[in-house]
Amino acid sequence: MTSPAIALTDIVKRYGAHAALDRVSLSIPAGQFVALVGASGSGKTSLLKTINRLVAPTSGGISIAGQDATGLPTHILRRRIGYVFQEVGLFPHMTLAENIAITPRLLGWTPDRISARVANLLGLVDLPAEMATRLPGELSGGQRQRIGVARALAAEPKILLMDEPFGALDPVTRDSLGGDVRALHDQLSLTTVMVTHDMAEAVLLADRIVIMRGGQIVADGTAAALARHADPQVASLMDGPRRQAERLRAKFGAEA
Amino acid sequence: MSPRLAAAWAQLPDYLSWHVLLSAAAMILGIGVSLPLAIVASRHARLRWPILAVSGLVQTIPGLALLALFYPVLLALSTLSKSLFGHGFSALGFLPSLLALTLYSMLPILRTATTAILGVDPAVRQAAEGVGMTPNQRLFQVELPLAMPVIMAGVRTAAVWTIGAATLATTVGQTSLGNYIISGLATENWISVLFGCAASAALALSVDQLLGLIESGVAKRSQWRIGLGAGSLVFGLILALLPVLQLGQGQTYAVGAKNFSEQYILAELMAGRLERTGARVVRKVDLGSAVIYRALAAGEIDAYVDYSGTLWTNVLQRSDNPGRGQILAGLITELKRRDGVVVLGALGFENAYTFAMKTERARALGIASLADLAREAPKLTFGTDIEFLSRPEWKAVDAAYGFHFKASRSLQASLMYRALSGGDVDVISAYTSDGQIVANNLVVLADPKAALPPYDALILISPKRAKDAKFLAALKPLVGAIPVETMRVANFSVDRDAGKQSPAQAASALSATLKP
Repeated sequence: MTSPAIALTDIVKRYGAHAALDRVSLSIPAGQFVALVGASGSGKTSLLKTINRLVAPTSGGISIAGQDATGLPTHILRRRIGYVFQEVGLFPHMTLAENIAITPRLLGWTPDRISARVANLLGLVDLPAEMATRLPGELSGGQRQRIGVARALAAEPKILLMDEPFGALDPVTRDSLGGDVRALHDQLSLTTVMVTHDMAEAVLLADRIVIMRGGQIVADGTAAALARHADPQVASLMDGPRRQAERLRAKFGAEA
Repeated sequence: MSPRLAAAWAQLPDYLSWHVLLSAAAMILGIGVSLPLAIVASRHARLRWPILAVSGLVQTIPGLALLALFYPVLLALSTLSKSLFGHGFSALGFLPSLLALTLYSMLPILRTATTAILGVDPAVRQAAEGVGMTPNQRLFQVELPLAMPVIMAGVRTAAVWTIGAATLATTVGQTSLGNYIISGLATENWISVLFGCAASAALALSVDQLLGLIESGVAKRSQWRIGLGAGSLVFGLILALLPVLQLGQGQTYAVGAKNFSEQYILAELMAGRLERTGARVVRKVDLGSAVIYRALAAGEIDAYVDYSGTLWTNVLQRSDNPGRGQILAGLITELKRRDGVVVLGALGFENAYTFAMKTERARALGIASLADLAREAPKLTFGTDIEFLSRPEWKAVDAAYGFHFKASRSLQASLMYRALSGGDVDVISAYTSDGQIVANNLVVLADPKAALPPYDALILISPKRAKDAKFLAALKPLVGAIPVETMRVANFSVDRDAGKQSPAQAASALSATLKP
């Protein structure tokens, strides 16, 4: 049996007396696209950041592809895992090419390999090659997040973590970028974990939805399975997008 | 070009060179200390407040006081190091100036750098962690490059402050553009004062502009701006430093002077004679009277002229007045025994403290002596030089006669006479060798109780030169060679408004009157 790509066991994160994560365990097999869904303060972002230890857990085990990650120096761990921030956080003093190349450079790739990789990634995230020498300040929000995705994927990680990656984008951009990221996930055989508060986005993009509340996982399964969940709160949460879709179809159907 | 302007121009390479060397060294040291401190302050919130508070406190100390404070501290350290390792270092001149200016330059750099590093967008900082940077990589690749334009603004402020404050280095014996200002003020040579201010301002402005060019180059990622700015700074630095770097090897003597005309003239007179032996002579002028004797005893300077009464009361801490002969004999044995200082001899004139009034006013009030003055004092305003009221001579004369003046005002020595002739003050503490006494038709008050000691001008030699035959032979002919009339003429030629001469010109005129 192959090890899961990501395995978290009994993760506890305490801030003083408050437990942001309360004995959470989660195992994600390679190739899966998982959405972490929950309200603000449910612990979903803390759980995501625990995976590459941007948040240091108070206790609990982290293993990546079967290897214990709790003893690894954090910068080594993070270079192996792509991370997309909600605020993107591009380095404003570096060109787009330099931004994308940052992790390969830290890993000591040769300049030739880096520039080939940058050109390849600009294509993957659907941006023209001439953009390489521009500065982040000149980009639109959607373009910026495409660079953020390219930067996260630069060192060919097997795991991609995304914290509300499309939260700050307009609906049209969000839709097209979401579709593109899902396509990249399939094309590159990634294991992806995405935090979102938007259930419709989770249903559309993810293979598996993990719902969190009060620092614990309350439901975990496919969209279809969760819709039939015993917890009525979970069921109604899942029902939301479906009923919205029906209302939209009725409205557009009536006008047609 | 007027002779005074020409004289100022002639001194520019030397003064500017030292000024640039001093400010550049202080800035480099200041940046070298402030940046690491700013990084520590930005990393550790607990250390931030103390670091910024201490540097802010340093900034509130007046520049002059900061310089003056370093002298005794360094002197004590030097003595300690001499006893521990057999090597002392110079506590006067470059070192105290460098340390004081370095401290002075730190606050703007420290404050802006700390704020700038803390001001980096948290999202960018977290992204740096997320892509796998170590804390040092984050600092050098992200935080410092982003903070650099703001840090450069702090460096510009510090550079302007430092270049301005470096003019004060003159007071601890470090040549700088301040020599124009402080000597000019003492001899009322306004051309010299303005020249010094203009030179210092021009230097500060050009450095500020070049740093501004680098700053905008950093902000706009423009290599040519950074290159042009940095290149011009380095070129200017090398050009300005050429005179200092070309200093001849050979024998170098240092001649000291306090901050008034007579001292400048006598220092030039001694320096000229020493230079005629082929030696190189540096002049350390504008030293405070408390600093200058210690500087001589420590070998920082090799010779200067001091006055018997001053040495008797201030250095030997004596309050009695046993008369001219005994004071001179006492000084020769005591200074030699205590500090190894040699009294080469008396120049032949006295520059005593005295009290002077306008002749008509003294006659109208019936004042001829200090006893008469004490009687009329409650109606009169007393003008003194800046240090007189804190000197033991004043305490002695006050104890003997008991003065209760209506008011007293401390003034720059050269301004006292103006205040007297303008009627702002009624009586001043004057000096007997002063050319102004005759020129302004002043009357000097008698001292029937002999409360003021004699003030014979004496050449003092540092212990280091006590057996330097060539050095002593060059100065020995000055002993007994300068009568008070000659000194008054020389002093007045520097102090007067019309046909004012530089101390060097007055010294060569004085030298011409000496017997060969």
